[in-house]
Amino acid sequence: MTGFETLRLDGVTRRFGDADALTGLDLEIRRGEFIALLGPSGCGKSTALNCLAGLLPLSDGSIWRDGTRLDTLPPERRGFGMVFQNYALFPHLSVRNNVAFGLKMRGVPRAQARRRTEDAIRLVHLEEHAGKLPGQLSGGQQQRVAIARAVVVEPSLVLMDEPLSNLDAKLRLEMRTEIRRLHQNLGLTTVYVTHDQEEALSMADRLVVLRAGRVQQIGTPEQVHTRPANRHVADFMGFRNLLPGRSVDDHFKINDLGVRVSGTSVGEIHKGDPVVAAIRPEDVLLRPGGFEVTVEVAEYHGREIAAEVRTTDGLTLHLRTSQRLAPGDKVGVDLPADRLLVFPA
Amino acid sequence: MSTATLAARHRLAERGIDPQLFLLIPATVFVVALFIYPFCYGIAVSLQPAQGGALAAYRAFFTDAYQRDTIATTLAISLPAALFNVLAAVPIAYRMRGRFRGKRLLTIILVVPITLGTVLTAEGLLNFLGPTGWFNRVLLSTGLADRPVTLTHNYWGVFFSLVITGFPFAFLLVLSYLSGIDPSLERAAATLGAGWAQRFFRITLPLLAPGLATTFCLTFVLAFSVFPSAILVGDPSGSTRVISVAAYEAAYVRYDYAAASAAAIVMGAVELVVISIVLGLRSLLYTGSTAGGKG
Repeated sequence: MTGFETLRLDGVTRRFGDADALTGLDLEIRRGEFIALLGPSGCGKSTALNCLAGLLPLSDGSIWRDGTRLDTLPPERRGFGMVFQNYALFPHLSVRNNVAFGLKMRGVPRAQARRRTEDAIRLVHLEEHAGKLPGQLSGGQQQRVAIARAVVVEPSLVLMDEPLSNLDAKLRLEMRTEIRRLHQNLGLTTVYVTHDQEEALSMADRLVVLRAGRVQQIGTPEQVHTRPANRHVADFMGFRNLLPGRSVDDHFKINDLGVRVSGTSVGEIHKGDPVVAAIRPEDVLLRPGGFEVTVEVAEYHGREIAAEVRTTDGLTLHLRTSQRLAPGDKVGVDLPADRLLVFPA
Repeated sequence: MSTATLAARHRLAERGIDPQLFLLIPATVFVVALFIYPFCYGIAVSLQPAQGGALAAYRAFFTDAYQRDTIATTLAISLPAALFNVLAAVPIAYRMRGRFRGKRLLTIILVVPITLGTVLTAEGLLNFLGPTGWFNRVLLSTGLADRPVTLTHNYWGVFFSLVITGFPFAFLLVLSYLSGIDPSLERAAATLGAGWAQRFFRITLPLLAPGLATTFCLTFVLAFSVFPSAILVGDPSGSTRVISVAAYEAAYVRYDYAAASAAAIVMGAVELVVISIVLGLRSLLYTGSTAGGKG
């Protein structure tokens, strides 16, 4: 399968009845890129993937591989590989025949197909299990078969639909590294769907953050992590403290905090506008002399304590600190201006 | 309760012996009273003919070509009918797996014949396919035939009757087997480059085949015991003289209960042979889970 230079999604839209599952997705994927589609469940990320794979027809828009229009082709003629959330291994075929299936469908000569199948099985370390049926494998092994089956045909694009969501935490970390390693070694262009921000940040070259079927932000992990485009992305990227307030002069007044804070504004904010100030729990600093809060809940997280604290006015804040805290403690906290992002509400 | 009896109970429960076993009693009584006892009684009757030794009734059945040939006649009707029902049900059920508008209505239309009963079906067939029925009138008036085509009171009348009553049954079974196959398997096959025919023959059909074998056995048994339609729309003294007709004649025309029981036992034995062959072939197929993985 020949590769491509760019794959372009042009206003890709999918409606289910009256509901818009995905609205106007524009995206350009370059060869060799690892793109993560990120968002909470129901945001349209799986819809986007299925549209790309050809398993769902588009309601509107088009998909182009270099100069060729793709969205009118059936899935079997797009030449993409796909890893399904439940793996979708053929239960009646051995691991070897599962992996060889795509090659057989593409009419690859027998000797070459056998060699490539064995290579792919070796790539995912399943040599000893090649003769087994999928039902005899563990979840992680099944996952690896699914990956081998998708990459053996050397697809121009690999689509992965939450491939790690059925694995336990330890295996998930291992497979994450494995997938990233495969991507680096084979240079496979990959579109990866996940709801796990950590997974997306650690694996992808670029993130596409979706919410309610609309793109919220497209950027590198660093851009999305440090400069979320709006409050929804911030919320999703771990800014657990979202404080409603108002813009006054050159400061922001947080309603319930009764204090003025300075922060970094994202987007256009005029004086008097309602705003949302966002800060990550780990960026909230404990400082004697800051405004006073009472510790309500303290969770032990190893090196850190994650605490839920309440201000004298009843506003709840989340913070993380290495300092030992106990419920009922009164401490002073500070919200550093460069870490406090202020969004239009 | 003492700990010793508790421990004993626990050990029994681990082997599946617990008070819930009592729930099996009604079913067991039912099977014994209505199947096993009559079956053994039938064997006993068949071995006590009025004249000759214990096997005289069987000898009479197999030496008389008029009786013996009913086995072939019955197989010649029931095997093709069962095969047709299963094969016709597959594409229709395959098309009807997903959700679509009007699915319920279509299912009702396909399944209603099961509720009609053989006599009503036979009457309908006589009116519709008979020499002066609509079917022949259309053929004659459009000039497609110059003489009425005979489709009743022969092999085809019985065949159609078995299809009408047997198809809904096969369809419902195949549909439920098909819905048990994970739809993501076909989608995975599609992304791997398989067209619809390859998806069907390489993925769906192998997973469906064991279910088809079971469906075939059940529709075959239904068709093999054909009696009313063999008489009503068939030719019960000639081409559709099936084994149940032979048993009926022995019992209620000749009052030879031993011969009738022998015919019934032969009937059961033939069914068993066919079913064991089909199930034997089925055991060669993949019969495990039809899901694509964890999920």
